[in-house]
Amino acid sequence: MSWHWEFLFDDPGGADPTYWQWLFSAWGWTLAVAGLAWCVALVVGVAIGLVRTWRGDDKGWAAGLATAWVELFRNIPLLVQVFLWYHVLPMLFPVFRHFSPFLLAVMAIGLFTSARIAEQVRSGMGALAKGQRAAATALGLSTGQSFRYVLLPQVGRIMWPALTSEAMSIVKNSSVAFAVSVSELTLFAMQAQEETSRGIEVYLLVTGLYAFTAFMVYALMTGIAAKAKWA
Amino acid sequence: MLLAAGFCAAGSVAQAQSTDTLAKVKAAGAITMGVRDSSGALSYTLGNGVYTGYHVELCNAIIANVEKAVGKKLEVKYQVVTSQNRLPLVQNGTVDIECGSTTNNATRQRDVAFLNTAYVEEVRTAVRADSGINSIAQLAGKNVATTTGTTSVQLLRKHERADGINFNEIFGKDHADSFLLLESGRADAFVMDGQILAGNIALSKNPANFKITGEVLSVEPIAIMVRKDDPAFKKIGDDTIAAMAKSGELAKLYDKWFMQAIPPKGQRLNLAASENTRQAWASPNDKPAEAYQKK
Repeated sequence: MSWHWEFLFDDPGGADPTYWQWLFSAWGWTLAVAGLAWCVALVVGVAIGLVRTWRGDDKGWAAGLATAWVELFRNIPLLVQVFLWYHVLPMLFPVFRHFSPFLLAVMAIGLFTSARIAEQVRSGMGALAKGQRAAATALGLSTGQSFRYVLLPQVGRIMWPALTSEAMSIVKNSSVAFAVSVSELTLFAMQAQEETSRGIEVYLLVTGLYAFTAFMVYALMTGIAAKAKWA
Repeated sequence: MLLAAGFCAAGSVAQAQSTDTLAKVKAAGAITMGVRDSSGALSYTLGNGVYTGYHVELCNAIIANVEKAVGKKLEVKYQVVTSQNRLPLVQNGTVDIECGSTTNNATRQRDVAFLNTAYVEEVRTAVRADSGINSIAQLAGKNVATTTGTTSVQLLRKHERADGINFNEIFGKDHADSFLLLESGRADAFVMDGQILAGNIALSKNPANFKITGEVLSVEPIAIMVRKDDPAFKKIGDDTIAAMAKSGELAKLYDKWFMQAIPPKGQRLNLAASENTRQAWASPNDKPAEAYQKK
């Protein structure tokens, strides 16, 4: 086969005047889905992780609920979760009908990832020497204070590499949003290859953008670690 | 750049491969047919590696003539293709004859060749029977479903811009998904190839709840795809189709797949041959979709 890149300057006939402009708008949607889902995942995941480890013995109704949350979201395939949010929830609760597919995809991917982040917080806490918590308490710190000043700074450091992988994963996981009609990179790839018959070229570009984005996330996360002198 | 150069080199090697399909299948004693998992009545699976449909049966007739030409019985291998990989697989020799639902258009003719058209598709609109929608103009402000990775998406987009109609497009990940959107009321219409719509309606819980309506949005010749620059092989295919069209066998084959009950569930598409399909039978040709649009 031979290469034909000139399709990038063709007119797809829609809102975007050329295919390359459409490609970049699709990239924007990928960044938006991944970025927002990451915010949801980080806030919810850290909260759930803290609830699970607050007492230090994994007992009590709050820790039980947090455990249920983690198991619910990490035991169902992501694509199935996306469909549950898109097809099933609006059937059960009509209020979800007014949510845009974009928002539903962000919730699905964000909460899926939150379960994974909660587990990383828990394993980070598990990796700390038991004496840390006891020493903090012996110094007269409340539970909140010992988390704030003693435990969390260490846990953050321990879980950072895992968190970096997770942040890169969410970029790639955002591709499931195509299934609920968010016009991100994967949807662009499937659609543009059909319209232009230049499948290999289209997939090369999209692969390149995913790889570039994930690498940028990696660079950002390791940059933060270097700045904080953790590495 | 180096990577790109490497790819280019690999590309030209693949291109240098022999395009003499007759010699290739004779030497191998086997021919590989590209088929689809679910392309309406044109090409679909019944499970367990069994593939069937209008185009598959047509290809079987062509392969029978290929066997005569090479003078030996050929083993027919099936290779499932998708809309993403069908062109490269035909080009690189994995698939010898693709019997799916590929639109014959000018862009693709740069890379592959198409046999005489035996089926001309019309893109239509399916709606719920009680919706009162009868034309595309009534879809303004409504939710319109179509399937990602199909030319209908582009068609809808162009229509929207040309006519200044504004509707909210929803993309199903496959035809079943798009139909579910229509069935569940999330979409008011489903725009797609007529036979796909007819097939989904026929298989739905209550076919009477849906109807195909409105103007024909686009006309596309769907054809069997073969390698480019292989006149001997293409001629056998073209001649087979032309002879079947002349003898009326093609019309009978059409009736079998698009009017009668078909497996697996005995559903009926009830999709009479369009004027364009009849014209293609009357004067067999491999003209691309662009030639149909000019009319």
